Amino acid sequence: METKIEIKNLYKIFGDNPTAMLEKVRNGLSKDDLNDQHNHVLGLSDINLKMPSKGIQVVMGLSGSGKSTLIRHINRLIEPTAGEVWIDGQNVLDMDEKTLRNFRRNNASMVFQKFALLPHRSVMDNTIYGLEIQGIASKEAKKRAAYWIDRVGLSGFEDNFPGQLSGGMQQRVGLARALATDADILLMDEAFSALDPLIRTDMQNILLDLQQELHKTIVFITHDLEEALRIGDQIAILRDGEMIQQGTPQDIVLKPHDDYIADFTRDINRGRVIQLKTIMNAPNDKPGPELSGDMLVEDAAQLVTESPSSQGRVVNTDGEVIGVVDIKDLIRAMARPNMESRLEELE
Amino acid sequence: MDWLTEFPELGRRDLRDFRKGIDESFKSFTRTYGEAIESFFDPLLQFLIWLERLLLATPWPLFIIVVAGLGWLASRNIKIVIGSVISLFLIGYLGMWEDTMSTVSIIVVCTMLCIGLGLPIGILMSRSDRAQRIVTPILDVMQTIPSFVYLIPVVMLLGIGKVPGLISVVIYAIPPMIRLTNLGIRLVDKEVLEAADAFGASPWQKLVQVQIPLALPNIFAGVNQTIMMSLAMVVIASMIGVTGLGQPVLKAISNQYLAMGLLNGLAIVALAIIFDRISQSYGERLQKYRGDRGE
Repeated sequence: METKIEIKNLYKIFGDNPTAMLEKVRNGLSKDDLNDQHNHVLGLSDINLKMPSKGIQVVMGLSGSGKSTLIRHINRLIEPTAGEVWIDGQNVLDMDEKTLRNFRRNNASMVFQKFALLPHRSVMDNTIYGLEIQGIASKEAKKRAAYWIDRVGLSGFEDNFPGQLSGGMQQRVGLARALATDADILLMDEAFSALDPLIRTDMQNILLDLQQELHKTIVFITHDLEEALRIGDQIAILRDGEMIQQGTPQDIVLKPHDDYIADFTRDINRGRVIQLKTIMNAPNDKPGPELSGDMLVEDAAQLVTESPSSQGRVVNTDGEVIGVVDIKDLIRAMARPNMESRLEELE
Repeated sequence: MDWLTEFPELGRRDLRDFRKGIDESFKSFTRTYGEAIESFFDPLLQFLIWLERLLLATPWPLFIIVVAGLGWLASRNIKIVIGSVISLFLIGYLGMWEDTMSTVSIIVVCTMLCIGLGLPIGILMSRSDRAQRIVTPILDVMQTIPSFVYLIPVVMLLGIGKVPGLISVVIYAIPPMIRLTNLGIRLVDKEVLEAADAFGASPWQKLVQVQIPLALPNIFAGVNQTIMMSLAMVVIASMIGVTGLGQPVLKAISNQYLAMGLLNGLAIVALAIIFDRISQSYGERLQKYRGDRGE
């Protein structure tokens, strides 16, 4: 997959004299020692990450893991202590003020956890904000904004103020504002974390639907593994400022890098993550419905159960049978694993 | 143990020389630059005189209609409009119309000056901590020093008249404008500012589209305070030749005319209430978006 954003050896140390601390951290000083002995906070330590073009890269971690700091390095709302962020052959961290401003205006827009709408402006005027900064004439800007307001399902609310809307609706405005600038990178900082579960699912659907057609490069920050697995094409997991695992949702669930991640993934609905091609067996002659290799176990279960042979045939895009799954395979894949034996097996 | 009960003060002669030194150097400063400074303020004087004449030449019903109209536009509150009209009628009926017009004109010019100077200074203070460190103690001095004290150098420099009066009113009334502009801008939500940065807003765009609009309620409270304080200063300023409602009050003090002092004092109060209610309800209307959650 083509890389859109590449982060190389990124460090961020908070404190009075971060550059002096950098060498110590590179030589292996731990986060706790840095804090206790030198009164500096290690925000990010040696982050390397390639984010796929036109895909959704999720960065997951608990609070304090550095995920929000990381996303703010991509559009340089935070200056790094050391490192590089390459986007389309340009290092964002080398840009002068004007180039950076143009990059933010045209190439990367952002959605915030607490919405960060302009409270004194109506929904329409919030949505045109980015276009206004770009210097687009008011009439044209309003036309484009109206389109995006409609796409996020807020038609009829153009003249309302953010204070009059519910959280979910406010974040739709945030999304419309970000999409209206036509930037090909969308940075979403815990964008749905402040919303009720039902509304969160709603917003995830809106985002996934839009992505089907827009193919933006999305960087999505979350602390919720369910959300990460549901949305992400790629997932990177941060802990205490360090990257501990990267991979597809399946990789994370099937091959957790350590106990910490295994703990996280234990309660996950695996049927919604694991694909048929991962668990299929060698083809045989028995009949059964034809299923695609990308299909999720959960989606296949119903079809296979109803097939007389209790089996489904996995086919590739050319229609050739590449494997079979039976009902037992599906149940085994969905069942919660015995973690200890699972980990032993991995070692 | 003399030294414990007697404060070690500067000798009487030294002290006299010290004061004299300051007085002399200020006097020579006045002699050298007084005229230049006076002519610098001349346009201000002309404007003030022009405005005063305009207000005096305006037929009284027209003035009342204009005030009522402005009051309605700003507050959308019929009670405020009716109250203003009645007070103005009473002021005129009791023979204080002309003095009131002079006072209104000096208040208007003073408020314009305070906004014109205070807004940029407040913005500068909000953008630089160093500017804030420098300006804050100056504002403290301006607000606490007895106003008579700075009347002295102003009068030495510019003599008695409208302009020195105006300057002393501005010195007295400008601090809240500066402070509240600074405060309002500093209180703007950091997250909203971060969003403005993320969308590539330039510092100027951020100031005009985000910081000032969101600080407006505070800035308006500053304007309101400035108007109130300049009205309070009108009586003191009349000591150095500012015409208006302050002069009869001054005359009443020296001659013990109770009724005269009371009436003119009450006229100042009436003006203050009119200005205050109108500007405050306008300030409230500015932040209407904050309240009324619809659904």
